[in-house]
Amino acid sequence: MRQISFAEALNQALREEMQKDSRVFVMGEDIGRMGGLFKVTKGLLEEFGEDRVIDTPISEAAIAGAGVGSALVGARPVIEFQFLDFITLGMDQVVNHAAKLRYMTGGSVSVPLVVRAPVCGGVGLGAQHSQSLEAWFVHVPGLKVVMPSTPADAKGLLKSAIRDHNPVLFLENRLLYAQTGPVPEDDFTIAIGSADVKRIGKDITIVATGRTVPLSLTAAEKLAGEGIDAEVIDPRTIKPLDKATIVNSVKKTNRLVVVSDGWRTCGYAAEVMAMVVEECFFDLDAPIQRVCGKDVPMPVAPALQRAVMVSEEDILRACRVAVST
Amino acid sequence: MFLIRNFEQKVDELSKAGLVPGTAHLYVGMEAIAVGSCAAMEQNDLLTSTHRGHGHCIARQLDPGRMLAEILGRADGYCRGKGGSMHIADISRGVLGADGIVGGGIPIAVGAALGMQRRGIDAVVFCFFGDGASNQGSFHESINLAAVLRLPVVFICENNLWALSAPFAETTAGGNVAKRAAAYGIPGERVDGNDIEAVFKTISDLAIRARKGAGPALVECLSYRWEPHSLFTRGELRPQSEIEKWKSKDPVERFRDQLVRRKVATSKTIEQIDAEVSAELIKAVDFAKSSPAPEPETAFEDVEVQGAA
Repeated sequence: MRQISFAEALNQALREEMQKDSRVFVMGEDIGRMGGLFKVTKGLLEEFGEDRVIDTPISEAAIAGAGVGSALVGARPVIEFQFLDFITLGMDQVVNHAAKLRYMTGGSVSVPLVVRAPVCGGVGLGAQHSQSLEAWFVHVPGLKVVMPSTPADAKGLLKSAIRDHNPVLFLENRLLYAQTGPVPEDDFTIAIGSADVKRIGKDITIVATGRTVPLSLTAAEKLAGEGIDAEVIDPRTIKPLDKATIVNSVKKTNRLVVVSDGWRTCGYAAEVMAMVVEECFFDLDAPIQRVCGKDVPMPVAPALQRAVMVSEEDILRACRVAVST
Repeated sequence: MFLIRNFEQKVDELSKAGLVPGTAHLYVGMEAIAVGSCAAMEQNDLLTSTHRGHGHCIARQLDPGRMLAEILGRADGYCRGKGGSMHIADISRGVLGADGIVGGGIPIAVGAALGMQRRGIDAVVFCFFGDGASNQGSFHESINLAAVLRLPVVFICENNLWALSAPFAETTAGGNVAKRAAAYGIPGERVDGNDIEAVFKTISDLAIRARKGAGPALVECLSYRWEPHSLFTRGELRPQSEIEKWKSKDPVERFRDQLVRRKVATSKTIEQIDAEVSAELIKAVDFAKSSPAPEPETAFEDVEVQGAA
C-alpha cells in the first residue's frame, strides 16, 4: 500500500470531497495562496479557485459564523483555525450557534460544518499555540469531536466528517503531520464513532488519542519485553465515544491506563475513566491510571515542555503501576 | 404592520396571564423597519434576525399561531418548545432564525450569502441587528469580511436608542452606526426607521445594488421600542417623556395616515384589515393555547441529525 504523510492524507481527503461535491469549500487564514501553515490545503486554490478556497482576514468569529451560515443554507464548509487556541475568538459561533441551532429550532435546520484545527504542543510555540482543548468541545451537546492518529484514519475520518450532517470538530495533532503510513487508494471512509484496536494484548488496556497513540504503541513494545502484553485502543472519534470497544477490552485485560495530551483536571481521560467505572467497575483488578498533560500552561523551552507533556516514560510508568497493583 | 403590533400586544397579555414560560422581546414601535425591509426581499432572499425577532418573522409571513405556540412552550411551536421566542426559524420563508446572542447573527448572514453563492443561487441576505450589536466584534469582522468578498448582504441596524439599561449615546463612540460604513468602503445610510417608505426605498436600492454584485451596504434605521427591554425586565429605566415623544411618532398610525391621504386605501378598508388581523390573532391564540405541552422525551430529540450523507 502507498505510504503518505498525515498532512498529505488530509489534503487528499479535502481534494476528493471537493471534486465529488461542489457544495464543499474551504475557508480560513492562509489556506489558499500559502496552502495552509501546515500545508494541509496545499494546491487546492490552484485546482478549485478562489470561490472555493477562501483566504480570510484574521477574523475568527467571522470565519466561524460564516461557516455556520453557509452550512445552514446547504453548503458544506470546512473551516480551519490555524491553531485550536484561536477558536477561543470564535467560541460563540461554535458553542452557541453550531452546536445548538438544530436543537433550538426543534430540528428544522442542520449545520453540516467541519472545523479543522491543529492541537498539541511540542514545537516551542508557547502557551497560546499549543493547547489540547478537546475536552471543552466534548462537553458540549451537539458537537462531534474527531482526533485521528494515523494517515489512513485521518483521511477516512475527514471524509466522513465532511459528509456528516452535523458540526464536527476535526482535531489534527500537529506532531503527526509529517508522520507517514499506509493509505488505501480507493474511496474509503471510516465511520465516526468507531474506535480501532491498534495493538491486541491481554494484560492491560491503554486508551490513547492523537499523538499519544504512537507513543503508547512504542511503549507497548517495550512492555512486551517485560512480559506485559498491552492492548492499545484509539477511540479516533472522541465524541461520540465507541464505549463497547473499550469496555470489551477492559473486561478482557481487567486493567486500564488512559492517555491524553489535554490537561489532567476535568480532562478527556477523566471522562473515559468515569465511563469505565460506570460500565464495568467489577471487571477492574487495579485502580485506573491516567497519563495527561500537566496542569500548567505550555512553556517554550524544550526542557520545560518535556516536563509537562505526556512522554513514553510516563505511559510505561503508569502501565507498570497498573499491572503491579 | 398591524399584525405585528397586535401580535406583540397578545404576547404581552399572555405573559401577564402567566402563560409565557420564558421571555420575549417586544417589537412594538419598530414595525416599519421589518415590514419596509422585508418588502424588498425576493423569492430566494434570506434574513437573520435578533432576540427582538417577532416582527421579522411576521413580515415574512410565518404563522402567528405556531409562533405563539412556541412562545408559550407548546408542542406545535416552530421549535417544538425548545427555542421559545428567540429561536424561531423557517428556512422555507427565508428566516434563518432569531438569535439570543447580541451580534450572533451577523457572521451567519455573511456565511449564508457565501453558501448561496456556493450553491449557485442568487440571493441577498438581510441581516438585522440592534444598536448594541454594532459594538460587538462580530459586527466589525463580518462587515469587513462581506466587503472584501463583495457578498450580497444588507446590514440593517435597528437603532432603538437603548440597550437594556444603557443609552445608545453613552455606549457608541461616534454616535452614528451608518457612518462606520465609510471605514469599510461600502454605502452607509441612516434613515427614519418609523417611515416605512424611507426604509423600503433605502433597503430596496441597496439590495438591488447587492444583487448586481456591487457588495454589501449598511443601513441604520432610527426607531424606538415602546416597551421595556423584555418581558423579563419589566421595570422601565427610560424617561417617560422620551417614551411619550416616540409614541407620538407611531409608525403604524403614520402608515395608516399615508395610505388614506394618498387614497391607497380608505379608512373603511383599514378598519376591515384591523378586524381581519384581530380575527386571525384570536385564532392564533386559540391554536397556541390548545396546543399540548411537549412530551418530556422529545427533550432528547433534535440534538443531531441521524445518519450520514
